[in-house]
Amino acid sequence: MMTVLSFFNYWIVVVLMMIGFYCVIARGNMVKKVMGLNLFQTSVFILFISAGKIVGGSTPIVREGVELYSNPLPHVLILTAIVVGVATTAVGLALTVRINEAYGSIEDDHLGDEDDGDEQ
Amino acid sequence: MAIAIVRAKDLFAAAMLFAIYSLLSAALFAVLDAGDVALTEAAVGAGISTILVLAVLALARRYESAIDGHNLLALAVVTVTGAALIYATLDMPEFGAPDNPAQVHVGPYYVEQSYPDMGVPNMVAAVLASYRSIDTLGEAFVILTAGLAVYALLSPKPRRRKRRRRHLRRQLREHRRHRRMHKGSSS
Amino acid sequence: MRENGILRVVARFLIPLIMLFGLYIQFHGEYSPGGGFQAGIVFAAGWILFVLIYGLDAALKVIPERAMYVLMVAGVILYCAVGIAGVVLGGHFLDFYPLLPGKHAAQQFGIITVEFGVGVTVATVVMLIFTLFARRKSEWKAAKVEDDQP
Repeated sequence: MMTVLSFFNYWIVVVLMMIGFYCVIARGNMVKKVMGLNLFQTSVFILFISAGKIVGGSTPIVREGVELYSNPLPHVLILTAIVVGVATTAVGLALTVRINEAYGSIEDDHLGDEDDGDEQ
Repeated sequence: MAIAIVRAKDLFAAAMLFAIYSLLSAALFAVLDAGDVALTEAAVGAGISTILVLAVLALARRYESAIDGHNLLALAVVTVTGAALIYATLDMPEFGAPDNPAQVHVGPYYVEQSYPDMGVPNMVAAVLASYRSIDTLGEAFVILTAGLAVYALLSPKPRRRKRRRRHLRRQLREHRRHRRMHKGSSS
Repeated sequence: MRENGILRVVARFLIPLIMLFGLYIQFHGEYSPGGGFQAGIVFAAGWILFVLIYGLDAALKVIPERAMYVLMVAGVILYCAVGIAGVVLGGHFLDFYPLLPGKHAAQQFGIITVEFGVGVTVATVVMLIFTLFARRKSEWKAAKVEDDQP
Protein backbone atom coordinates (compact mmCIF):
# COMPACT_ATOMS: atom_id res chain seq x y z
CA MET A 1 0.00 0.00 0.00
CA MET A 2 2.83 2.35 0.81
CA THR A 3 4.29 1.55 -2.58
CA VAL A 4 1.12 2.65 -4.34
CA LEU A 5 0.94 5.85 -2.33
CA SER A 6 4.50 6.84 -3.04
CA PHE A 7 4.30 6.08 -6.75
CA PHE A 8 0.84 7.54 -7.24
CA ASN A 9 2.03 10.89 -8.54
CA TYR A 10 4.19 9.28 -11.22
CA TRP A 11 1.31 7.14 -12.44
CA ILE A 12 -1.00 10.12 -12.75
CA VAL A 13 1.65 11.81 -14.87
CA VAL A 14 2.00 8.76 -17.10
CA VAL A 15 -1.78 8.57 -17.60
CA LEU A 16 -1.99 12.25 -18.57
CA MET A 17 0.98 11.87 -20.86
CA MET A 18 -0.62 8.94 -22.66
CA ILE A 19 -3.91 10.80 -23.08
CA GLY A 20 -2.05 13.68 -24.69
CA PHE A 21 -0.08 11.27 -26.88
CA TYR A 22 -3.29 9.59 -28.05
CA CYS A 23 -4.75 12.97 -28.89
CA VAL A 24 -1.76 13.84 -31.06
CA ILE A 25 -1.69 10.65 -33.08
CA ALA A 26 -5.33 9.66 -33.31
CA ARG A 27 -7.14 12.89 -34.10
CA GLY A 28 -6.97 14.50 -37.48
CA ASN A 29 -7.97 18.03 -36.60
CA MET A 30 -4.86 20.16 -36.31
CA VAL A 31 -6.07 22.39 -33.52
CA LYS A 32 -6.86 19.27 -31.50
CA LYS A 33 -3.36 17.98 -32.18
CA VAL A 34 -1.80 21.18 -30.86
CA MET A 35 -3.96 20.95 -27.75
CA GLY A 36 -2.85 17.34 -27.27
CA LEU A 37 0.77 18.45 -27.48
CA ASN A 38 0.15 21.03 -24.78
CA LEU A 39 -1.50 18.37 -22.63
CA PHE A 40 1.61 16.23 -23.00
CA GLN A 41 3.89 19.12 -22.07
CA THR A 42 1.91 20.03 -18.97
CA SER A 43 2.08 16.47 -17.68
CA VAL A 44 5.88 16.51 -18.02
CA PHE A 45 5.98 19.75 -16.02
CA ILE A 46 3.95 18.13 -13.25
CA LEU A 47 6.47 15.27 -13.21
CA PHE A 48 9.44 17.58 -12.76
CA ILE A 49 7.85 19.78 -10.14
CA SER A 50 6.68 16.82 -8.09
CA ALA A 51 10.19 15.40 -8.25
CA GLY A 52 11.56 18.58 -6.75
CA LYS A 53 9.25 18.80 -3.80
CA ILE A 54 10.49 17.96 -0.32
CA VAL A 55 7.88 16.94 2.23
CA GLY A 56 7.76 19.67 4.89
CA GLY A 57 9.50 22.22 2.71
CA SER A 58 8.07 25.44 1.35
CA THR A 59 8.44 27.88 -1.53
CA PRO A 60 12.09 28.66 -2.26
CA ILE A 61 12.09 32.32 -1.21
CA VAL A 62 14.32 33.25 1.70
CA ARG A 63 12.21 34.52 4.58
CA GLU A 64 11.97 34.44 8.34
CA GLY A 65 11.07 31.36 10.27
CA VAL A 66 11.35 28.80 7.48
CA GLU A 67 13.84 25.99 7.84
CA LEU A 68 13.44 23.73 4.83
CA TYR A 69 13.04 24.94 1.26
CA SER A 70 12.01 22.97 -1.77
CA ASN A 71 14.58 22.55 -4.47
CA PRO A 72 14.62 25.61 -6.78
CA LEU A 73 16.43 23.97 -9.65
CA PRO A 74 13.46 22.16 -11.28
CA HIS A 75 11.44 25.38 -11.04
CA VAL A 76 13.99 27.16 -13.19
CA LEU A 77 13.98 24.42 -15.83
CA ILE A 78 10.19 24.29 -16.00
CA LEU A 79 9.91 28.08 -16.28
CA THR A 80 12.00 27.98 -19.43
CA ALA A 81 10.08 24.98 -20.71
CA ILE A 82 6.67 26.64 -20.27
CA VAL A 83 7.72 29.66 -22.26
CA VAL A 84 9.23 27.54 -25.02
CA GLY A 85 5.97 25.58 -25.07
CA VAL A 86 3.90 28.68 -25.68
CA ALA A 87 6.28 29.72 -28.47
CA THR A 88 5.82 26.33 -30.14
CA THR A 89 2.04 26.55 -29.77
CA ALA A 90 1.96 29.98 -31.37
CA VAL A 91 3.99 28.87 -34.39
CA GLY A 92 1.90 25.70 -34.74
CA LEU A 93 -1.33 27.66 -34.74
CA ALA A 94 0.03 30.11 -37.30
CA LEU A 95 0.89 27.16 -39.55
CA THR A 96 -2.67 25.88 -39.07
CA VAL A 97 -4.09 29.20 -40.24
CA ARG A 98 -1.94 29.14 -43.36
CA ILE A 99 -2.85 25.53 -44.13
CA ASN A 100 -6.50 26.41 -43.77
CA GLU A 101 -6.11 29.19 -46.29
CA ALA A 102 -4.21 27.13 -48.80
CA TYR A 103 -6.33 23.96 -48.66
CA GLY A 104 -9.65 25.06 -47.22
CA SER A 105 -9.72 22.64 -44.31
CA ILE A 106 -7.77 21.73 -41.20
CA GLU A 107 -8.51 18.02 -41.06
CA ASP A 108 -5.73 15.62 -41.99
CA ASP A 109 -7.94 13.42 -44.14
CA HIS A 110 -9.42 16.22 -46.19
CA LEU A 111 -6.17 17.85 -47.20
CA GLY A 112 -5.85 15.62 -50.25
CA ASP A 113 -9.30 16.44 -51.66
CA GLU A 114 -8.06 19.36 -53.66
CA ASP A 115 -5.77 17.12 -55.69
CA ASP A 116 -8.62 15.12 -57.23
CA GLY A 117 -9.27 17.92 -59.67
CA ASP A 118 -5.69 17.81 -60.92
CA GLU A 119 -6.09 14.38 -62.41
CA GLN A 120 -8.77 15.47 -64.89
CA MET B 1 -10.72 16.45 -17.81
CA ALA B 2 -8.03 15.45 -20.26
CA ILE B 3 -10.22 12.73 -21.75
CA ALA B 4 -12.99 15.29 -22.20
CA ILE B 5 -10.63 17.50 -24.20
CA VAL B 6 -9.81 14.60 -26.50
CA ARG B 7 -13.42 13.65 -27.06
CA ALA B 8 -15.01 17.07 -27.45
CA LYS B 9 -16.18 17.70 -30.99
CA ASP B 10 -16.97 21.35 -30.50
CA LEU B 11 -13.58 22.99 -30.52
CA PHE B 12 -14.80 25.95 -28.54
CA ALA B 13 -15.75 23.62 -25.69
CA ALA B 14 -12.37 21.93 -26.02
CA ALA B 15 -10.63 25.32 -25.70
CA MET B 16 -12.57 26.15 -22.54
CA LEU B 17 -11.79 22.75 -21.03
CA PHE B 18 -8.17 23.34 -21.93
CA ALA B 19 -8.16 26.61 -19.99
CA ILE B 20 -9.68 24.85 -16.98
CA TYR B 21 -7.05 22.13 -17.23
CA SER B 22 -4.27 24.74 -17.25
CA LEU B 23 -5.72 26.45 -14.20
CA LEU B 24 -5.98 23.14 -12.36
CA SER B 25 -2.36 22.32 -13.09
CA ALA B 26 -1.35 25.82 -11.94
CA ALA B 27 -3.16 25.13 -8.66
CA LEU B 28 -1.30 21.83 -8.43
CA PHE B 29 2.00 23.65 -8.89
CA ALA B 30 1.07 26.08 -6.14
CA VAL B 31 0.32 23.21 -3.75
CA LEU B 32 3.68 21.67 -4.65
CA ASP B 33 5.46 24.86 -3.46
CA ALA B 34 6.32 26.24 -6.87
CA GLY B 35 5.22 29.88 -6.82
CA ASP B 36 6.92 31.17 -9.96
CA VAL B 37 5.92 28.19 -12.03
CA ALA B 38 2.28 28.40 -10.90
CA LEU B 39 2.13 32.08 -11.87
CA THR B 40 3.66 31.41 -15.28
CA GLU B 41 1.48 28.39 -16.04
CA ALA B 42 -1.69 30.23 -15.04
CA ALA B 43 -0.81 33.25 -17.17
CA VAL B 44 0.40 31.27 -20.16
CA GLY B 45 -1.95 28.31 -20.22
CA ALA B 46 -5.21 29.94 -19.28
CA GLY B 47 -4.35 33.22 -20.97
CA ILE B 48 -2.23 33.10 -24.07
CA SER B 49 -2.75 29.57 -25.34
CA THR B 50 -6.52 29.75 -25.00
CA ILE B 51 -6.70 33.16 -26.70
CA LEU B 52 -4.63 31.93 -29.62
CA VAL B 53 -6.77 28.79 -30.03
CA LEU B 54 -9.91 30.93 -30.02
CA ALA B 55 -8.37 33.24 -32.62
CA VAL B 56 -7.68 30.25 -34.87
CA LEU B 57 -11.25 29.02 -34.34
CA ALA B 58 -12.53 32.36 -35.60
CA LEU B 59 -10.57 31.80 -38.79
CA ALA B 60 -11.31 28.11 -39.34
CA ARG B 61 -14.11 25.69 -38.75
CA ARG B 62 -15.48 25.40 -35.26
CA TYR B 63 -16.48 21.74 -35.26
CA GLU B 64 -14.28 18.75 -35.72
CA SER B 65 -15.45 16.25 -38.32
CA ALA B 66 -16.65 12.94 -36.93
CA ILE B 67 -14.30 10.04 -36.45
CA ASP B 68 -15.82 6.69 -37.42
CA GLY B 69 -14.82 3.95 -35.02
CA HIS B 70 -11.90 3.89 -32.64
CA ASN B 71 -8.38 3.93 -33.92
CA LEU B 72 -7.19 0.59 -32.57
CA LEU B 73 -3.59 0.89 -33.68
CA ALA B 74 -3.23 4.18 -31.85
CA LEU B 75 -4.81 2.71 -28.73
CA ALA B 76 -2.40 -0.22 -28.89
CA VAL B 77 0.64 2.04 -29.27
CA VAL B 78 -0.52 4.22 -26.41
CA THR B 79 -1.16 1.26 -24.12
CA VAL B 80 2.22 -0.31 -24.81
CA THR B 81 4.05 2.97 -24.23
CA GLY B 82 2.07 3.61 -21.05
CA ALA B 83 2.84 0.15 -19.70
CA ALA B 84 6.54 0.59 -20.42
CA LEU B 85 6.57 3.97 -18.66
CA ILE B 86 4.73 2.64 -15.61
CA TYR B 87 7.22 -0.21 -15.43
CA ALA B 88 10.00 2.38 -15.52
CA THR B 89 8.52 4.41 -12.68
CA LEU B 90 8.78 1.49 -10.30
CA ASP B 91 12.46 2.32 -9.92
CA MET B 92 11.94 5.98 -9.17
CA PRO B 93 12.55 7.37 -5.70
CA GLU B 94 9.79 8.12 -3.26
CA PHE B 95 7.83 11.30 -3.45
CA GLY B 96 9.28 14.06 -1.32
CA ALA B 97 12.03 12.29 0.54
CA PRO B 98 14.85 14.72 1.43
CA ASP B 99 17.64 12.44 0.30
CA ASN B 100 16.43 11.89 -3.26
CA PRO B 101 19.17 12.06 -5.90
CA ALA B 102 17.49 15.16 -7.30
CA GLN B 103 17.92 17.03 -4.04
CA VAL B 104 21.49 16.19 -3.22
CA HIS B 105 23.92 17.51 -5.79
CA VAL B 106 23.48 21.14 -6.81
CA GLY B 107 20.19 22.01 -5.09
CA PRO B 108 21.55 22.51 -1.56
CA TYR B 109 24.33 24.73 -2.91
CA TYR B 110 21.75 27.04 -4.48
CA VAL B 111 19.53 27.00 -1.42
CA GLU B 112 22.36 27.92 0.93
CA GLN B 113 24.53 30.17 -1.19
CA SER B 114 22.18 32.27 -3.23
CA TYR B 115 21.27 34.76 -0.53
CA PRO B 116 24.86 35.34 0.70
CA ASP B 117 26.11 35.62 -2.87
CA MET B 118 23.47 37.90 -4.31
CA GLY B 119 21.35 39.48 -1.64
CA VAL B 120 18.22 38.50 -3.55
CA PRO B 121 15.59 36.60 -1.57
CA ASN B 122 13.90 34.89 -4.53
CA MET B 123 16.13 31.90 -5.18
CA VAL B 124 14.45 31.01 -8.46
CA ALA B 125 15.06 34.48 -9.91
CA ALA B 126 18.66 34.41 -8.70
CA VAL B 127 19.35 31.07 -10.34
CA LEU B 128 17.48 32.04 -13.51
CA ALA B 129 19.14 35.41 -14.04
CA SER B 130 22.55 35.02 -12.56
CA TYR B 131 23.75 31.47 -12.05
CA ARG B 132 22.17 30.25 -15.28
CA SER B 133 22.09 33.45 -17.25
CA ILE B 134 22.99 32.04 -20.64
CA ASP B 135 20.03 29.66 -20.59
CA THR B 136 17.73 32.61 -20.07
CA LEU B 137 19.41 34.42 -22.96
CA GLY B 138 18.70 31.38 -25.12
CA GLU B 139 15.11 31.42 -23.99
CA ALA B 140 14.74 35.10 -24.93
CA PHE B 141 16.11 34.22 -28.35
CA VAL B 142 13.55 31.41 -28.68
CA ILE B 143 10.71 33.85 -27.97
CA LEU B 144 12.14 36.30 -30.48
CA THR B 145 12.40 33.54 -33.09
CA ALA B 146 8.81 32.49 -32.48
CA GLY B 147 7.69 36.08 -32.98
CA LEU B 148 9.68 36.32 -36.21
CA ALA B 149 8.32 32.99 -37.44
CA VAL B 150 4.71 34.00 -36.87
CA TYR B 151 5.44 37.33 -38.54
CA ALA B 152 6.93 35.56 -41.55
CA LEU B 153 3.95 33.21 -41.78
CA LEU B 154 1.13 35.65 -41.24
CA SER B 155 2.18 38.98 -42.64
CA PRO B 156 1.90 38.37 -46.42
CA LYS B 157 -1.62 39.07 -47.54
CA PRO B 158 -3.74 36.00 -48.33
CA ARG B 159 -4.33 35.13 -51.97
CA ARG B 160 -7.40 33.27 -53.10
CA ARG B 161 -6.49 32.26 -56.63
CA LYS B 162 -6.69 28.53 -55.95
CA ARG B 163 -10.32 28.73 -54.86
CA ARG B 164 -11.46 30.08 -58.19
CA ARG B 165 -9.53 27.49 -60.17
CA ARG B 166 -11.00 24.72 -58.03
CA HIS B 167 -14.47 26.06 -58.62
CA LEU B 168 -13.90 26.11 -62.38
CA ARG B 169 -12.34 22.65 -62.28
CA ARG B 170 -15.35 21.28 -60.44
CA GLN B 171 -17.66 22.83 -63.02
CA LEU B 172 -15.63 21.21 -65.80
CA ARG B 173 -15.82 17.82 -64.09
CA GLU B 174 -19.62 18.09 -63.68
CA HIS B 175 -20.00 19.15 -67.29
CA ARG B 176 -17.97 16.19 -68.58
CA ARG B 177 -19.85 13.73 -66.40
CA HIS B 178 -23.16 15.14 -67.57
CA ARG B 179 -22.18 14.77 -71.22
CA ARG B 180 -21.00 11.21 -70.70
CA MET B 181 -24.29 10.27 -69.03
CA HIS B 182 -26.35 11.80 -71.79
CA LYS B 183 -24.27 10.12 -74.49
CA GLY B 184 -24.75 6.73 -72.79
CA SER B 185 -28.52 7.08 -72.43
CA SER B 186 -29.19 8.30 -75.95
CA SER B 187 -27.11 5.68 -77.80
CA MET C 1 -18.17 45.45 -27.85
CA ARG C 2 -17.63 49.15 -27.57
CA GLU C 3 -21.32 49.77 -27.07
CA ASN C 4 -21.79 47.38 -24.21
CA GLY C 5 -21.80 49.60 -21.15
CA ILE C 6 -20.88 47.06 -18.52
CA LEU C 7 -17.87 45.79 -20.43
CA ARG C 8 -16.61 49.27 -21.10
CA VAL C 9 -16.83 50.41 -17.51
CA VAL C 10 -15.25 47.27 -16.13
CA ALA C 11 -12.46 47.41 -18.70
CA ARG C 12 -11.70 51.03 -17.97
CA PHE C 13 -11.28 50.02 -14.36
CA LEU C 14 -9.38 46.80 -14.91
CA ILE C 15 -6.87 47.59 -17.66
CA PRO C 16 -4.74 50.09 -15.70
CA LEU C 17 -4.82 47.70 -12.74
CA ILE C 18 -3.60 44.84 -14.91
CA MET C 19 -0.76 46.91 -16.32
CA LEU C 20 0.20 48.13 -12.87
CA PHE C 21 0.17 44.57 -11.59
CA GLY C 22 2.40 43.57 -14.49
CA LEU C 23 4.92 46.25 -13.60
CA TYR C 24 4.74 45.21 -9.96
CA ILE C 25 5.55 41.61 -10.82
CA GLN C 26 8.42 42.77 -12.99
CA PHE C 27 10.23 44.87 -10.45
CA HIS C 28 9.30 42.90 -7.36
CA GLY C 29 10.55 39.69 -8.91
CA GLU C 30 13.41 39.51 -6.48
CA TYR C 31 11.31 39.46 -3.33
CA SER C 32 8.29 37.44 -4.35
CA PRO C 33 7.42 35.03 -7.17
CA GLY C 34 7.62 36.88 -10.42
CA GLY C 35 10.24 38.11 -12.81
CA GLY C 36 10.46 38.91 -16.47
CA PHE C 37 8.32 36.29 -18.16
CA GLN C 38 5.30 36.51 -15.95
CA ALA C 39 5.31 40.30 -16.07
CA GLY C 40 5.57 40.37 -19.85
CA ILE C 41 2.66 38.01 -20.29
CA VAL C 42 0.42 39.83 -17.80
CA PHE C 43 1.14 43.15 -19.51
CA ALA C 44 0.33 41.67 -22.91
CA ALA C 45 -2.89 40.21 -21.50
CA GLY C 46 -3.94 43.69 -20.42
CA TRP C 47 -3.32 44.97 -23.93
CA ILE C 48 -5.28 42.07 -25.43
CA LEU C 49 -8.23 42.99 -23.20
CA PHE C 50 -8.00 46.51 -24.58
CA VAL C 51 -8.09 45.15 -28.13
CA LEU C 52 -11.13 42.99 -27.37
CA ILE C 53 -13.14 45.88 -25.96
CA TYR C 54 -12.10 48.87 -28.04
CA GLY C 55 -11.08 47.31 -31.36
CA LEU C 56 -7.75 46.70 -33.03
CA ASP C 57 -7.36 50.15 -34.62
CA ALA C 58 -7.70 52.03 -31.35
CA ALA C 59 -5.21 49.68 -29.72
CA LEU C 60 -2.71 50.10 -32.53
CA LYS C 61 -2.82 53.84 -31.99
CA VAL C 62 -1.65 53.29 -28.43
CA ILE C 63 1.25 51.00 -29.30
CA PRO C 64 1.93 51.19 -33.05
CA GLU C 65 3.23 48.21 -34.90
CA ARG C 66 6.55 49.78 -35.78
CA ALA C 67 7.22 50.30 -32.08
CA MET C 68 6.48 46.62 -31.50
CA TYR C 69 9.07 45.54 -34.04
CA VAL C 70 11.69 47.78 -32.48
CA LEU C 71 10.92 46.85 -28.88
CA MET C 72 10.93 43.15 -29.66
CA VAL C 73 14.57 43.24 -30.61
CA ALA C 74 15.54 45.93 -28.11
CA GLY C 75 14.84 43.65 -25.15
CA VAL C 76 17.23 40.96 -26.35
CA ILE C 77 19.83 43.57 -27.30
CA LEU C 78 19.63 44.99 -23.77
CA TYR C 79 20.32 41.53 -22.39
CA CYS C 80 23.32 41.05 -24.65
CA ALA C 81 24.56 44.56 -23.85
CA VAL C 82 24.69 43.72 -20.16
CA GLY C 83 26.64 40.61 -21.04
CA ILE C 84 29.10 42.43 -23.24
CA ALA C 85 29.51 45.16 -20.64
CA GLY C 86 30.70 42.41 -18.32
CA VAL C 87 33.33 41.43 -20.87
CA VAL C 88 34.41 45.00 -21.56
CA LEU C 89 34.89 45.79 -17.89
CA GLY C 90 37.05 42.71 -17.43
CA GLY C 91 35.26 39.45 -16.68
CA HIS C 92 33.33 36.67 -18.36
CA PHE C 93 30.33 37.14 -20.61
CA LEU C 94 27.24 37.90 -18.47
CA ASP C 95 29.38 38.31 -15.38
CA PHE C 96 27.72 40.80 -13.09
CA TYR C 97 30.57 41.44 -10.65
CA PRO C 98 32.55 44.07 -12.63
CA LEU C 99 29.48 46.23 -13.27
CA LEU C 100 29.29 48.03 -9.95
CA PRO C 101 31.43 48.16 -6.84
CA GLY C 102 29.90 46.13 -4.07
CA LYS C 103 29.09 42.48 -4.63
CA HIS C 104 25.39 42.54 -3.78
CA ALA C 105 24.68 45.80 -5.60
CA ALA C 106 26.30 44.54 -8.79
CA GLN C 107 24.29 41.32 -8.80
CA GLN C 108 21.02 43.07 -8.07
CA PHE C 109 21.60 45.65 -10.80
CA GLY C 110 22.45 42.92 -13.26
CA ILE C 111 19.42 40.84 -12.37
CA ILE C 112 16.97 43.74 -12.61
CA THR C 113 18.27 44.87 -16.00
CA VAL C 114 18.32 41.39 -17.46
CA GLU C 115 14.79 40.62 -16.29
CA PHE C 116 13.56 43.95 -17.67
CA GLY C 117 14.98 43.09 -21.08
CA VAL C 118 13.32 39.71 -21.07
CA GLY C 119 10.02 41.19 -19.90
CA VAL C 120 9.95 43.75 -22.70
CA THR C 121 10.69 41.11 -25.33
CA VAL C 122 8.05 38.67 -24.08
CA ALA C 123 5.36 41.36 -23.85
CA THR C 124 5.95 42.73 -27.33
CA VAL C 125 6.18 39.30 -28.95
CA VAL C 126 2.86 38.21 -27.47
CA MET C 127 1.22 41.48 -28.49
CA LEU C 128 2.59 41.14 -32.02
CA ILE C 129 1.41 37.53 -32.37
CA PHE C 130 -2.08 38.49 -31.25
CA THR C 131 -2.18 41.46 -33.65
CA LEU C 132 -1.17 39.26 -36.57
CA PHE C 133 -3.82 36.66 -35.73
CA ALA C 134 -6.53 39.26 -35.23
CA ARG C 135 -5.85 41.04 -38.48
CA ARG C 136 -5.93 37.93 -40.61
CA LYS C 137 -9.72 37.80 -40.68
CA SER C 138 -10.16 41.28 -42.09
CA GLU C 139 -7.37 40.71 -44.62
CA TRP C 140 -9.07 37.50 -45.67
CA LYS C 141 -12.38 39.25 -46.19
CA ALA C 142 -10.66 41.92 -48.24
CA ALA C 143 -8.95 39.30 -50.39
CA LYS C 144 -12.20 37.43 -51.00
CA VAL C 145 -13.90 40.63 -52.05
CA GLU C 146 -11.14 41.36 -54.57
CA ASP C 147 -11.24 37.85 -55.94
CA ASP C 148 -14.97 37.68 -56.63
CA GLN C 149 -14.80 40.53 -59.06
CA PRO C 150 -14.19 39.02 -62.51
